[in-house]
Amino acid sequence: MNDPLAKLKRWFTGGGLLWPLLGLAALLAYDFAFVDGFFRLEVRDGHLYGTLIDILNQGSKTMLLALGMTLVIATGGVDLSVGSLMAIAGAIAAALVTQSEMSLALIVPIALCATAALGVFNGALVSVAGIQPIVATLILMVAGRGIAMLITGGQIVTFEHAGFVYIGNGHFMGLPFTLTIVALALGGTSLLMRKTACGLFVEAAGDNETASRFSGLPTRWVKLSVYAFSGLCAGLAGLIAASNIKAADSSRVGEMMELDAIFAVVVGGTALTGGRFNLLGSIVGALLIQTLTTTMITQGVPPAVAPVPKAIVIVAVCLLQSERFRNEVSGWFGKRRATA
Amino acid sequence: MSEPLLQMRGIRKVFPGVVALDDVDLTLRAGEVHALMGENGAGKSTLIKVLTGVYRADGGETSLAGAVINPGSTLEAEAAGISTVYQEVNLVGSLSIAENILLGRQPRRFGVIRWGETRRLAKRALARLGLELDVDAQLDSCSMAIQQMVAIARALDVKARVLILDEPTSSLDDQETAALFKIMRQLRDEGLAIVFVTHFLDQVYEISDRITVLRNGALVGEYETAELPRLELIGKMLGRKPEIVDHAAADGDDGGESAEELLAASGVGRKGSVRPLDLTIRKGEVVGLGGLLGSGRTETARMLFGIEPPDSGSLRIGGETRRLGNPRKAIASGLAFCSEDRKGEGIIPHLSVRENLILALQASRGPIRLLPRAEQEELCAHYIKALNIKTPDAETPISNLSGGNQQKALLARWLALQPKLIILDEPTRGIDVGAKAEIEKLVRSLREKGMAVLFISSELEEVVHTCDRVAVLRDRRKVGELTGSEITEQRIMQLVAHHE
Repeated sequence: MNDPLAKLKRWFTGGGLLWPLLGLAALLAYDFAFVDGFFRLEVRDGHLYGTLIDILNQGSKTMLLALGMTLVIATGGVDLSVGSLMAIAGAIAAALVTQSEMSLALIVPIALCATAALGVFNGALVSVAGIQPIVATLILMVAGRGIAMLITGGQIVTFEHAGFVYIGNGHFMGLPFTLTIVALALGGTSLLMRKTACGLFVEAAGDNETASRFSGLPTRWVKLSVYAFSGLCAGLAGLIAASNIKAADSSRVGEMMELDAIFAVVVGGTALTGGRFNLLGSIVGALLIQTLTTTMITQGVPPAVAPVPKAIVIVAVCLLQSERFRNEVSGWFGKRRATA
Repeated sequence: MSEPLLQMRGIRKVFPGVVALDDVDLTLRAGEVHALMGENGAGKSTLIKVLTGVYRADGGETSLAGAVINPGSTLEAEAAGISTVYQEVNLVGSLSIAENILLGRQPRRFGVIRWGETRRLAKRALARLGLELDVDAQLDSCSMAIQQMVAIARALDVKARVLILDEPTSSLDDQETAALFKIMRQLRDEGLAIVFVTHFLDQVYEISDRITVLRNGALVGEYETAELPRLELIGKMLGRKPEIVDHAAADGDDGGESAEELLAASGVGRKGSVRPLDLTIRKGEVVGLGGLLGSGRTETARMLFGIEPPDSGSLRIGGETRRLGNPRKAIASGLAFCSEDRKGEGIIPHLSVRENLILALQASRGPIRLLPRAEQEELCAHYIKALNIKTPDAETPISNLSGGNQQKALLARWLALQPKLIILDEPTRGIDVGAKAEIEKLVRSLREKGMAVLFISSELEEVVHTCDRVAVLRDRRKVGELTGSEITEQRIMQLVAHHE
C-alpha cells in the first residue's frame, strides 16, 4: 500500500478533499460559462488583477478563520467568538496606530497576543470549567464587540498608517500580500500539525477523549491550545479586515464570519463530531464560499437574498460528502453501490 | 407456600447470531423476594426486558395470575401490574419529588394539572413505603437512597403485583441498603412479588426467599435460598462443580516471594467504591483479582491507575511513595492500564492502527518531539508480527479490525511504553478463542521478561491458569489471597462464598 498512486487516492477520498474540490470546480465551470470575464487576468503596475485574484484576496479572512476553526472542530468543539475577536484585534491595532508612537512590529504582536489570550479564556471555559463549547464561546461572541467598542470609545477609528494599510491592501511578488499571510499560516500550521505530534494529539482527543486521557494525553491542554490558536487566527483576520477599510469598525467587522468559517470546515471534510481534520479541505471550503459570494455579486443577486443560494450549495456539498446519501442515491438508480 | 403469581415458561429470545435466552423458566409467588442471579451474559437483563415488554420473546409463554400476557411495551406491562425500577434511575433530577412520582399521569382538570391533588397522591405513594418527605423538594438535592425510593414509589402503582428491582443497592451504603430492605420486606408482606437482581451475595442471603440462577442464557435452576449454600450458588453461577479439585496452577513456582517489590498498596481505598485494601505486586509476577462481577475488581484497577484516585491509604511504587492523581502520573510511574471497555476507553476509532499503537508512547514524549516516522513504522511492524495482529496494513483505521485484533493493538500500545506493571481488565472479553489463547500466552511471556501484570478476568479458569497469586474480592473488599498451588477454582469460590 505504499505506492504513491494509492497514497494519493487515499489522501483525496479518505480526507474528504474530493467533494469540496468537485464543488469548487463545478462552480468555476458555471462562472466560465455564464460570467463574462470571470477568468480574465491583467497586469497593472506589475500587480496581477482579476476576479480570481479578488476571490483569493477577499477569501483570505475566511481561510485564516477556517484554519483555527478546523482544529477547534477537530476536538469536537466550535468557536463562535472569532468574528468578535476580529473586531477586538482591529480595535486594538487601530487605537495603538492612531494614539501611540509604537512601531507596527510591536502593535501586531500585541493585538495577536490579546486575541490569543481571549482564546485561552474560551479554552479554559471549555476544558477546565466543562462548559459546552457553543455556550462558552457565545460569551465572547456577544461580549467581544462590546470590548472592541470600549477600546475605540464607541467610534469608528480611521487611520492612514502606511505600514498597517499594506497588510490588507499591499502587493507582494505581484500578488495581494494577504495571500502571503494565508500561505505562511497554512504552511506553518500544516508543519506544526504533521511534523510534531500536535496533529495526532488533536485528532486523538477529538475522536475519543476518554481513551486519549487514559493513554496519558494532556487532553485539557490540547483543548486550551486549539482555542488559543483559533483566537490567534481570528486576530490575524481582524488585522486584515481593519487594514482593508483603513478603519476599525467594531460593530460590523467580521459579522457572521464565524458561520462562514464553520461552513468552510464542514464542507472541507472535517466532521463536527471531532477527530480527523483536513486543513487543506478547510481552505478549499473557504474558497468555495468566497467564489459563491463573488459569483452572486457579479450576477447581481441582491445581498439580502444571497444566503439562499449559499445555503443550497452548502447543503449539496455536505450531502455529497455523506457516504450514506451517496449509497442511497446510487441505490435509487439501481446501479452498483458505491464501495467504501 | 402460596400459588404462583407469575409464570414464565420456556422463554426463548434470539438476537442476530446469539441465543440470549433458551428455554428459561421463572416462577414468582405472591409475597416473596426472588433473587435473579448470574454472571455477565447470563441473560438476566434480557429475561427482565422480556417480562417488562421491552423485547418480545421468540418462544415461550408468560402468565400472570393464570391469564396469559404478552406485553408489547413497558406501558402494557405496567398496566398488567408489572413495574420496574431500573439500575440507572430514570427520573428527572430537575423536577420535584411529587412531579417525578406522578410524571405523565398527573391528575388533571380541563387539561390543567391539579397541583394540590398531585402533592396529595405523591405523599400517599410515599406513605405506602413508610416515608415522609417534602414532596416539593427538587430530586437532585436528595441522596441516592431517597431517589431510589422515589423511583420505587413511582413504579408502585396501585395495581402493581410484581416489582422488579435491577441492582437497586449498587450505589447505596449499608444504612441506605438497610432502609431499602425494610421497605422491600414491607411490600413483600403486602403480597407483592419482588424480583431482586444484584451481584451482592450477602444481600441475596439477607433478603431473598428463593433464587433463580441463569448461566449463558439457560436456566440452571430454582432454589430455596435457605437450602442453597453459598459455595454451591457460586458454583452454579460459574458453571463449576465445587467438589472437583483443580490442579492446573501447580506449575507456578513460589520463588516470587524473594523478587523485588514493585507496587505496594496499604490501606488504599475510595469511599463509595472500594474498601481499603492491601496489595503487593512483585517484579515478574502475574497477580489476579478474583471475585464475581461487581465485587470491586475493576474499581480497584481504576483506583490504582489514578482514574478514580484513592482517598485513603498510601501507595509505593519501586520503594517510593507516589500519589497517582491521574492516569498521566500513573503512566509516568511505570503503570499501564487496558480498560475492559475497549470501545469507549481503548481505541481511537477513526485513527489508524499505527496512530493507536504509538499513542501512549508519543503522549509520554510530549506534543513536540514526534516519534520519527521510520521508528513508528518499525514499532508497528514489530508488534503486528509479535502479537500476530491481523490487519491489511498499519494505516487501516483500527475500527476496521476485529475485537481480538483491536485488543492486541491496544496491548501493543502499552507494551511500546515498556511499563513496569500492566493492568489488564478483562483482556479476553468478547474476543474469539484463538485470540484469547494468544493473549493468555502473551501475559505469561511478559512475566518472563520481568514485567508485572495485574490480571482481571471473569473466567475463573483463565485466572487459575495465568496467575501466580490471586487477591480475592467480595462486595468491594479484599477477602483473601491465594498463592501458587493454593490457586484453584475451588479455593477462589470458597473465598468468595465465605461468610463471617
